[in-house]
This record gives sequence, C-alpha cells and structure tokens, in this order.
Amino acid sequence: MVKQKPEGMIAEFENPAALLRAAEKMRAAGFSSFDCHSPFPIHGMDRAMGEKRSPLGWIVAVVAFLGFSAGMGLEWWSSSVAYPLVISGKPFFSYQAFGPVAFAVMVLSSALTALIGMLALNKLPLFNHPVFNSDNFRRATDDAFFISILADDPKYDEQATRNFLSEIGGQNIEQLLETTEMKEGA
Amino acid sequence: MSVTLTKSKPGALEEVPLIKGNQTFRSITEKISEITERKTALTWVLLFSLAASVALLFFAQIGYLFWEGIGIWGLQNPVGWGWAIVNFVFWVGIGHAGTLISAVLFLFRQKWRTSINRFAEAMTIFAVIVALVFPGIHVGRVWVAYFMFPLPNQMQMWPNFRSPLLWDIFAVGTYFTVSLMFWYTGLIPDLATLRDRAKTRLRKITMGILALGWRGGNKQWKHYEMAYLLLAGLSTPLVLSVHSVVSTDFATSIIPGWHTTIFPPYFVAGAIFSGFAMVLTLAIIARKAYGLENIITIQHFEKMNKIIMVTGMMVGYAYGMEFFIAWYSGNEYEKFAFINRAFGPYAWAYWIMITCNVLIPQLYWSKKMRTSVPVMFTISIFVNIGMWFERFVITVTSLANDYLPSSWDYYSPTIFDIGLLIGSFGLFFSLFLLFIRFLPMISMAEVKGVLPQADPHHYEGEAHHG
Repeated sequence: MVKQKPEGMIAEFENPAALLRAAEKMRAAGFSSFDCHSPFPIHGMDRAMGEKRSPLGWIVAVVAFLGFSAGMGLEWWSSSVAYPLVISGKPFFSYQAFGPVAFAVMVLSSALTALIGMLALNKLPLFNHPVFNSDNFRRATDDAFFISILADDPKYDEQATRNFLSEIGGQNIEQLLETTEMKEGA
Repeated sequence: MSVTLTKSKPGALEEVPLIKGNQTFRSITEKISEITERKTALTWVLLFSLAASVALLFFAQIGYLFWEGIGIWGLQNPVGWGWAIVNFVFWVGIGHAGTLISAVLFLFRQKWRTSINRFAEAMTIFAVIVALVFPGIHVGRVWVAYFMFPLPNQMQMWPNFRSPLLWDIFAVGTYFTVSLMFWYTGLIPDLATLRDRAKTRLRKITMGILALGWRGGNKQWKHYEMAYLLLAGLSTPLVLSVHSVVSTDFATSIIPGWHTTIFPPYFVAGAIFSGFAMVLTLAIIARKAYGLENIITIQHFEKMNKIIMVTGMMVGYAYGMEFFIAWYSGNEYEKFAFINRAFGPYAWAYWIMITCNVLIPQLYWSKKMRTSVPVMFTISIFVNIGMWFERFVITVTSLANDYLPSSWDYYSPTIFDIGLLIGSFGLFFSLFLLFIRFLPMISMAEVKGVLPQADPHHYEGEAHHG
C-alpha cells in the first residue's frame, strides 16, 4: 500500500527576469513559505522576495573579536602566568610580538564561523526535502528556475495556489508528494 | 590625419565578452560536469601513475629521513637551513596566487576571475599541503613535533610566542584551513549540480553527502553569498600576512642579507608572482587537455600575464633596493653580503634568478607576447625556476658567508635534497590530477552568474519595459 501526503508545490519559470517578477507577485499575494530556486544567485532577488539581510556578518564580527581576545589571552597567560621566561630581555607580555598569532586565531575562528554559521542558518546538511521529490527539480542546479511553496504556508491551498502560479507565468506546475510505502498488515 | 577617427566615439570601446562561444547555462553545466563524469582517459591514468610514483618516492625518502636523521641532507656549518626551507617558502608562495584570485579579485569585482578561481584555489590548497611537509620533516625529531603547538603538557612548558617560527605555524595552519573552507564553500552549489546529474548509486550518495542537501533557493543563496563575501574578506589579509610572517623567519634574525624591513612586501610580491606563473602553467595544460578555450580565454591569460609583469617588476625593484640599502646603511657586513650574492661563489644562482624573474618577464611589454600561448607557457616555467632560485639565493648565500671567514663553507645539496624537491612535485601533481578528474575544475555557478543572460535586466527589451 502506498500513502501519499501533499507537502507543497513547485512551478518553473522561463528565465531569471521571469522568476524575479514572479517573486514580487508571490510576496504581494502574501505568501511567506516560498523560495526561488536558481542555479546561481540572482541580483535583486532579496528585495523582490522581501528577504532581510543575512545576520551572518554580525555573528562573525562577534566571533572575530572573541577570537582575537582568546589568542592574545592565551599568549598573555602562557608567557606571563603559566611559564614566565625572559627571552631576549623582552617583557613577559610582549604584545607587539603577539600580534601575528592573535590575528591568525581571529581569522581562523571567524572563517570557521562563516562556514558553519552559513550552514546552520541554511539548516544544512538536510538530505531530505519536499522539493527533492520532483524529478524536474533536478534542473534547478543546471539551467532551470523554480518557485517552491511548502504546504505549511497559511495561504497554501491546492487549487488556488496552482491557479495563482499559473497566472504569474509558472509552467510545469507540480505537486510535491511525500510517498510512504506502508507494509502489509502494519 | 586619419578619416576613420570620426567613426569611433571615445569611451565607446566594445566590451570583450568574458566567456566565448554563445554559451547557455546548460552548455556550461554540460561542458564542465562532463569532464568529471566521463570514463577515465588513458592519458590521465598514465600521468597519474607517473605523479603518484614520484610522490611515493617522496614518502620513501621521508621515511629514510626519519630513520637516519637530517644528516642525509647537505646541511652543515654554517649553512643550517638548506633546501627544505627553500622548498617550504617556494610552495607557500605558489599558493598565494590562488588566494589573490579567489579573494582579492572577488572583493574588487573582477568578474574574469570566475573562470580560473576554482583551480587556482585547488592549487593553493595542494601547494600549502606540500609546503607544510617541509617544516614538519625539518624538525629532525618528528615525534616531538607537538612541542610547536600550545598544548598543555607534562613538562608545564609553553611555546615562545615571540618567535617568528611559531607565528609561521599559526599563519600557515590558518591559511590552509581557511583556504580549504573557502574552496569547499565555493564547491557546494557545483557539487549539487553533480548530485542532480548523477547516474550511478555511488555517485548519487557521495555527491549527495558532499553537497549537503543544497537546494539553490534564494533563502540559501542569501546566507551563502554573505558567507562567501566574509570568507573573501578574511582571506584577503591572509594574502598579505602569511608570506609576511614567512619573511620574518628571516628578517627578525641578525644575519646580513636577511635583517631588512623590505622583506615582508618583497616576499608577498614574489609569492603572487610565482603563484600566477604556476596557475598559468596548470591552466594552459588543463585548457588544452579538456578543450576549455571558450571559458578560459586569451583575455584571461593576458590579464594574468599583466599581473605577472607587475609583480615581477616589484620583485626586481626589491632586488635593486636591497643593494641600495646595503650601500646606504654603511654596514660593512651588509655591503659584503650583497656583493657576495651577485659576484661570490653563488653568483650563478643569483644571475639565474635575475634572468628568470626580472629580464624574461619584460617580454610581456609586447601584446603579441602576452597573448601567445607558447610564449607565456615558457615564461611561466622560467618564473617558477627563478622564484625557486630566489629563495635559494636568500637562504644559502647569507648563511654560507656570514661573519667569520674561518667558518665559511660552500653548501651543496645531496641526492636526498634533490629527491625531496622532485618528490614534492609528484605529491602536488598527484593531488591536482585527482582534483581535475573528480571535481568540477571551473566554478559552474559563478561562470553562469557572469553570463549576460544571468542578469534580469538582460530580458528587459522583450518584457514589460517593451
């Protein structure tokens, strides 16, 4: 026995400009749980969809500050508290000479935050998503442009959404179905 | 004088397209993905066997080195730093071009970088891997290499953070990690393309895992582009800082010929110079072998050649300025060190360096030379040779003839010094061949992004603006 559950809908658009215009209309119609998929980032799409700027820059800025402090702190503590040793007559806390290492720790921690933070904000890795149920959607990483709407959107309604997508120029409109194989007697 | 002048308007120069051959999004995907999907070519197998054999030789010699000790090298008093350091600086320097292309040119919005950034970054990573081997094996007692890291230990000892050699560990270690993350971030959308094209189960699973479930939604691109910008911003100071720190290994000592303030910028310019030469060598071969002439065009090469010429002249300026300061300082030892470099026992190496790095790149003043593939291939090889010799000249001449003439000696390499240099190329090329065989060597998502039809304004004529 096969059980199918609707999870959302995708529609294909002809080119980046069509996708951009469609995104504006989706937003104007009040959809919230939709996304515009393209093989490369499209200039102006954030504004068309009403997306806020990514907060990643601020997160990395905080980590950069903490990273520099941690690097300098380690150098201060290890050379003046844990293992004080006079080297070339320099002070225990030779902050001038400690710059390069503190800088390296700052860059390293910030870069790690940029990558891990990007993945976390994007909720990746995520290997199972409704859009992957569509075979046509594979072209989203090649040369096709899609809008996806998930069924959890308050405005989502199977027939009305399908009509609306078709109205704003969507082609190959496809319902995303989660297919679960039920075992006999289960 | 000329009548044709009336026809051309100033400022109306025609823009040369970055990518040639009327490419579509599909044709870019096909062209680049197909290279990783086709059956392994016999030429690739032969080349990889050769490179891997040389890499094996590299590891065998390292094994012998660990068994026998660094006495197998030509090091002796007063030359305590030989080819291992020369090779280290050479390979780290090579890496810098990749970071410059991927990070600095990104911040300066140089769209032409998209055709070459992926494999320039790959080159960086592999060059830094090879570079890191040398200080690792040079410590002699490798089993206590952990002394270099700030790890709590039973002796209650901590490293000396005032030492440039320690800065080096942090600088190069950070450089490697950040480069790797930047490269992987760039790869994610392309890995998703390969995942979606995958035919076999093995490919679906491996590419699926590596692509992390990328969906190309704008809600993802938003954070992705920010992360890419941040990584570019974080890598940009590394282009300048890493080789500056490497140069302080020399510059903070009091050896005549090393103790100079010009070293950090001089090393950075040299690093970019040598790195671009290596990118060019590799790009010319890969472009020819995989028929990528439309994506990596002569314009790309010409731009790289201009950078080679500029940085080559910066290096030439540094060579001249070193001499000037040696004379102007009035320091006898400093003066001697430089006269000895050019006319002493290592004069042959010095003049190889000058010829390869300063004289030969002057051919690039001619546009014909800048746009000729055989010429630029030859020049890139000369630059690679010249830049290896630069590090040899700096390291060896200053040590071989230092203060007391009674302690002077002439340094010669042994078979193991030479073997390790050759072996390092084996490791580098093995990694590079694996990369071009299994991963997209050109960033598909970024190349598509610079095509004219990627810009929504491109469609304005046919749609609502009418």
